[in-house]
Amino acid sequence: MATKKFMYLNRKASYGTAYAIESLEVVLIAAAFEQDVSLAFIDDGVYQIIEGQNTDGIGMKNFSKTFHALGDYDINKLYVSAESLEERGLTADDLMPLVYEDEDDDWAEKTSVKIVSNAELSKIMSDQDVCLSF
Amino acid sequence: MADILGADVDEEGFLVNLKDWTEEIAVEMAKGDEIELSKEHWDVINFLRNYFEEYQIAPAVRVLTKAIGKQFGKEKGNSKYLYSLFPYGPGKQGCRFAGLPKPTGCI
Repeated sequence: MATKKFMYLNRKASYGTAYAIESLEVVLIAAAFEQDVSLAFIDDGVYQIIEGQNTDGIGMKNFSKTFHALGDYDINKLYVSAESLEERGLTADDLMPLVYEDEDDDWAEKTSVKIVSNAELSKIMSDQDVCLSF
Repeated sequence: MADILGADVDEEGFLVNLKDWTEEIAVEMAKGDEIELSKEHWDVINFLRNYFEEYQIAPAVRVLTKAIGKQFGKEKGNSKYLYSLFPYGPGKQGCRFAGLPKPTGCI
């Protein structure tokens, strides 16, 4: 089977709507088909991978932990919009330290998160076979 | 609704409330599938439970195989070994014994 490049665009915060968790579930299912998968976090989507989420007060499952599993699924290209972070007063330090183990480099732990400008991001998007927006 | 030792299970035999799980329930579920749980079974069951605790999902078989191989030795990191323990599938049957939901993406 030919490999296609899939990008999942995440534009909404984690809770309040089902977009974020639905996107993550589709990503995990798609990962089973061994395609080239990348994720982008733009607009309020950047809140999905913010460190220190706590859902006790709203009685929902805190699925932010699941992002740490993405490395196991060979999903290690997580692009975050620099502009979206800045507009919300956030920096790279506010994000979860998401990593993967590089099979070709003696399983060294490397970061999966890459902060890019919107201009870079649109270039990466135009390079995809499929973009799915959530 | 059906139950195992008083704990509700769905039509496929998965626990409805994950908090109901006990080792006795796992033993009873296995008995229903004519399996006697060995230390090797428990290694996988405990691994699945720890993985779920950490990541809030049950791992896909590919991820499970790789991780088992890493933790318990290369000779165990293959689907043949895992299927010898869980003939109905390490994901599906293993997760059921471990009291977890059906793995995401499992058909």
